[in-house]
Amino acid sequence: MSLQIWTYLCVGISFIVYIGIAVWSRASSTKEFYIAGAHVPPLANGLATAADWMSAASFISMAGIVSYMGRDGSVYLMGWTGGYVLLALLIAPYLRDFGKFTVPDFIGDRYYSQFARMVAVVCAIFVSFTYVAGQMRGVGVVFSRFLEVDINLGVLIGMGIVFFYAVLGGMKGITYTQVAQYCVLIFAYMVPAVFISILMTGNIIPQLGFGSELNDSFGGGYLLDRLDGLHEELGFTAYTESVRSSIDVLFITGALIMGTAGLPHVIIRFFTVPSVRAARKSAGYALLFIAILYTTAPAIAAFARTNLINTVSNAEYSSMPSWFRTWENTNLISFEDKNGDGLIQYVADPEENELTVDRDIIVLANPEIAQLPNWVIALVAAGGLAAALSTAAGLLLVISTAISHDLLKRNLMPDISEKQELLFARIAIFFAVCIAGYFGINPPGFVAQVVAFAFGLAASSFFPAIVLGIFSTRMNKEGAISGMIAGIVFTAIYIVYFKFINPAADNADNWWLGISPEGIGTLGMFINFAVAVIVCRFTSEPPQAVKDMVLDIRVPGKPD
Amino acid sequence: MNKSSDNLYWKENIRILTILLSIWFVVSFLLSVIFVDQLDSIRIGGFKLGFWMAQQGSIYVYVVLIFVYLKMMDNLDRKYHHEEKDILSEEARERGETGDSGE
Repeated sequence: MSLQIWTYLCVGISFIVYIGIAVWSRASSTKEFYIAGAHVPPLANGLATAADWMSAASFISMAGIVSYMGRDGSVYLMGWTGGYVLLALLIAPYLRDFGKFTVPDFIGDRYYSQFARMVAVVCAIFVSFTYVAGQMRGVGVVFSRFLEVDINLGVLIGMGIVFFYAVLGGMKGITYTQVAQYCVLIFAYMVPAVFISILMTGNIIPQLGFGSELNDSFGGGYLLDRLDGLHEELGFTAYTESVRSSIDVLFITGALIMGTAGLPHVIIRFFTVPSVRAARKSAGYALLFIAILYTTAPAIAAFARTNLINTVSNAEYSSMPSWFRTWENTNLISFEDKNGDGLIQYVADPEENELTVDRDIIVLANPEIAQLPNWVIALVAAGGLAAALSTAAGLLLVISTAISHDLLKRNLMPDISEKQELLFARIAIFFAVCIAGYFGINPPGFVAQVVAFAFGLAASSFFPAIVLGIFSTRMNKEGAISGMIAGIVFTAIYIVYFKFINPAADNADNWWLGISPEGIGTLGMFINFAVAVIVCRFTSEPPQAVKDMVLDIRVPGKPD
Repeated sequence: MNKSSDNLYWKENIRILTILLSIWFVVSFLLSVIFVDQLDSIRIGGFKLGFWMAQQGSIYVYVVLIFVYLKMMDNLDRKYHHEEKDILSEEARERGETGDSGE
């Protein structure tokens, strides 16, 4: 069967499954719509959280980023997994015991302030929109490459599917669809990885193959040593050596970790389980399922990098395999024969380098580069769509709850009935899907830059406010609000300056203390903590009812 | 509710968090970033140890930490008899769930 038919088959079947689940799990109350009625079993929640978390960026781009960054790629690997330890130990169990619907719910109630609630609503909406635009784009890219439909039509199809199951089922529909999407995406990620590992090292487990010796046809010797050697020959820094300074790596990792632990679409998943114990357990499952992909990614990165250099370096352009031409047509690979010798010079020096390779190719083209069968390539298409759709749905739900619940019900229109609130939630999802789709079709040039923003903002606003709210009974609204504002303003100014106002200065010489904009959220978080604690000291204690609430959420199993 | 037993429970909870988060900190920031060059002089198969910690080992440690936490908190909850309430509320929800499925 041709690749085209296989792809339609894989994508079609997976879409039918998602729609079937949506019809089966319709939501009939706000509790079901917002938090799936709080009876999702821990295993299902772990799977759903993993799919929710792993976006088009994790599935399509991460192995590619690691492949180009080598050792420094570890900031993403650790940053996007280490946060789950903080989530499991410092946040999820207590917020589950708190037992409401959203993150702004907690901030607003704990700090007895509508203003604090609004700060949280704005942050939640901003962070979620930043993220969701990238997902819709990912859907479009996969559609256009694998199904050869127009990229905009691809975005529209993706919007339709997400809209259908998110509006019908709310959190309940999204949760069970995400369980199915995790299965699709992890299978699609692992099959090519295992194939390539066997092909290159004879080891069936990619995580081990990556530290094994290469097969003779690939020149023998340990893979990583070989890769270091190739890198040095071509003028790159050795693959396993660091380019960035330790302090920058430290701060970027910190910002990603703390940002992960403060992202509303992840936290909200722990409101959907039946008990505190289930919240702890599902955090463990979630990280386990995420770790399967995250430990495979650096293996794929190393295999693909070796394979790519072996294939293209000093090879004749005219003898390039067919995948090279296919991806040239999508502009993800480009070759310019600067010295006119007909050979491809792929080197570190930008003056002499003749080949530009988009990092997304590493995962998308890997099965073709390794000459795997058509059904594997089709599977990767379905997996990429599953990753993008699952994350988009989770984010859209956060946006909709922030509007219908936090903004309308808890603030502007407290008298609306549950039925009306549910209707508003569905209308909000509709508009959120449209806006997300618009950004997918007309991607703003700054999407890549604002991702640093999303994490920095979550790290410097939500994370300290939530942790202080649980671990200090003394923390009051003045402290928390001034802390959040100080953290956000500092982080935002730093990022806006280097990313938008003066991008030319965005290099290590001009960074404050050598910290890049990607890592500045960590410093913002410390500022938030410091300001909160100092201001709190000089202002009045919180009311007794709030202190009692904090003591209550520290001990599981008490009646609400 | 018994206030002093709640206080003891919270203190023990903090102790567990301190131990686990210290391990978490050492693995994430000391072994995988600060002392990575020293660790790189040790080799396991094709991996330099520092490189392996940063790209593989730390993630495995994170998973283990959460499950150890789950186990330690289960013991703590049992010691303070929180588990019955938790299980009771879970059972109550399950009864609620069977009620729901009739719709």
